[in-house]
Amino acid sequence: MVNSDVTNTPWSVLDPEGSLREDARVLSNDDGLDLRAALRDMLMARRIDTEAIALQRQGELGLWPSLLGQEAAQVGAGSAVRPRDVVFPTYREHAVAWCRGVDPVQLLGLFRGTTMGGWDPTERNFQLYTLVIGAQTLHAVGYAMGIVRDGDVGTGDPSRDRAVLVFLGDGALSQGETNEALVWAAAQNLPIVFFCQNNQWAISTPFETQSRVPAAQRAQGFGFEGVRVDGNDVVATHTVVAEALTKARSGGGPTLIEAVTYRRNPHTTSDDDLRYREREENSRWEALDPIERLRSYLMSEAAPDEVRIDETHLEALADEEAQLAERLRSGCRQLPVPDPADPFTHTLSKITRELELQRDEHLAFVQAEPAPLTEGAAQ
Amino acid sequence: MSIALAHALNQSLRDAMVADEKVVLLGEDIGTLGGVFRVTENLKTEFGAERVVSTPLGEAGIVGSAIGLAMAGYRPVCEIQFDGFAFPAMNQIVTQLAKYHHRSEGRVLLPVVIRIPFGGAIGAIEHHSESPEAYFAHTAGLRVAIPSNAGEAYDLLGQAIRSDDPVIFLEPKRSYWLKGEMHDPAPMSMDLARIARPGNDLTLVAYGALVPIAEQAAITLAEEGRSVEVIDLRSISPLDDATVVESVRRTGRLVIAHEASRSGGIGGELATRVQEQAFYSLEAPILRVTGYDTPYPASRLEHDWLPNLDRLLEACDQSFSH
Repeated sequence: MVNSDVTNTPWSVLDPEGSLREDARVLSNDDGLDLRAALRDMLMARRIDTEAIALQRQGELGLWPSLLGQEAAQVGAGSAVRPRDVVFPTYREHAVAWCRGVDPVQLLGLFRGTTMGGWDPTERNFQLYTLVIGAQTLHAVGYAMGIVRDGDVGTGDPSRDRAVLVFLGDGALSQGETNEALVWAAAQNLPIVFFCQNNQWAISTPFETQSRVPAAQRAQGFGFEGVRVDGNDVVATHTVVAEALTKARSGGGPTLIEAVTYRRNPHTTSDDDLRYREREENSRWEALDPIERLRSYLMSEAAPDEVRIDETHLEALADEEAQLAERLRSGCRQLPVPDPADPFTHTLSKITRELELQRDEHLAFVQAEPAPLTEGAAQ
Repeated sequence: MSIALAHALNQSLRDAMVADEKVVLLGEDIGTLGGVFRVTENLKTEFGAERVVSTPLGEAGIVGSAIGLAMAGYRPVCEIQFDGFAFPAMNQIVTQLAKYHHRSEGRVLLPVVIRIPFGGAIGAIEHHSESPEAYFAHTAGLRVAIPSNAGEAYDLLGQAIRSDDPVIFLEPKRSYWLKGEMHDPAPMSMDLARIARPGNDLTLVAYGALVPIAEQAAITLAEEGRSVEVIDLRSISPLDDATVVESVRRTGRLVIAHEASRSGGIGGELATRVQEQAFYSLEAPILRVTGYDTPYPASRLEHDWLPNLDRLLEACDQSFSH
């Protein structure tokens, strides 16, 4: 693997100015990254985020967890996934959802209050967002156990072998369930990649409170490989995730990847991050912007002809962004409000007698015409 | 054929695994050892370690990975070793397993069974005698089934595994070696309560290990000329109040027994539903015979702390005194 020394500087390919490092090695096989597509994916993801924040400010969403600053980590990982691989997200993986082809309007429903989910998790092998920190790591382990039992690992047939990619944050490293997941994955040598976006903050809790060692170093204690990568470098992130997934699909077992990045916005739109961190810290990370880094490289003389871009290319992307933004604004307002009967219908596979009675009681209340005010009551 | 309840469960698991290759068992010590109560005895030999998985020690891991297996198309059957050890898995059960069908707007089913030996009267140490059923019954999105004898154990477990919903399956551990007859091939729906012994003067409702004791109480009272109907709830979520209400309309008296603590228990819920529907049929207040609102006591105290034959008879006498 690319970086076995998990305690030092995270491995990267592009430096913050967008120059290829001298020892850079970029995948060139089937798992190689389409750099133009990566730039587009990051730009669109950032636009989804920006629009969602605006919709929250306008009262259209109750809440939004912003991904600003984490676009490279998410697009790097999301673009390394093959269609048959299965992704288990937290609640901030908007760019991964975009890479998987989930309609971004569907991401809004959970935060608008029109659904507890929002999309069909089986359609694009992108599971529903999980709000309980770390809980999804165990679901991912179980899914990987299913893949093993299906015989879809280590066959050497690329159309058959598959793996699980599970997302977690630095806060989840402290959860018991995450640690159980790491134990289980190791004990069964499962086809799974744990992708920890260390964005330095779990709401107001800094990384130092979660761990005295880099997250990737934890893997050694569980008995498998840990990799520390610059999460603001989409090329490096893609490379390590693609390699870890290849290893997992081939039966080589789990990997824990720590993508070192930064959550530049508050935890959610309800949070006030200036109560617990300095604006200067944010400015330092803004200078390491993941999108600017790739854009600089692609516009430079160093970029090969077939990927180099110019102003015309950027203008086309800006147009596409504007269309996406418009679609999000109108799509959000058109998200259907669920029927009051839906919770009763979807509690169990078949509605029970007691739930039918409660549903009917509820619907009678919901559908009742308000009683006209009598003159006495009006006074 | 008369067999022990634990053996009936073992046979039910075996038959389910033969019928559906997607059935996978998960739990601590369930492989070579056959589980601490031997319910999974020989199954690893018969079906292999891929389908009878002795897991690392982590109850959240057992339930959490079962959720993932179900998402991948399997039908996991988890074993939690003892009632008191269900709690490390409660987050996965309550926030994940119970809610996913609703969160997915009906798209995803999680057919997971969680078997938990429960209840007291076995002289055990702390955390090995508890009755946590009300926590599960209070959680929307779960079914909670409880067998009372070998035949019920075989039938209910088979239905639980075939169910498309998550099922908490509570096994009365003091009854594991109680022998009983296997049922006829047309079992009752898991959702329904069963009239274990018909009667006309008083309805005595129980589930799990208290059903045979309730039947004993009915036999004793029959000698005094009282005709007691014993109802075995079988499922406490959904709760088949209709069968109980129909019975109370005939008898006018209701006594409900469970080992679990009284306040917030299933007895209170059932009593409420009965008085809502059969208020004018009641000849006496509805009475509960339960464990008390204390932590489960040291085992030298458990005999009188638990509902037993004498306490059931006293409650019935009290009901008849009205």
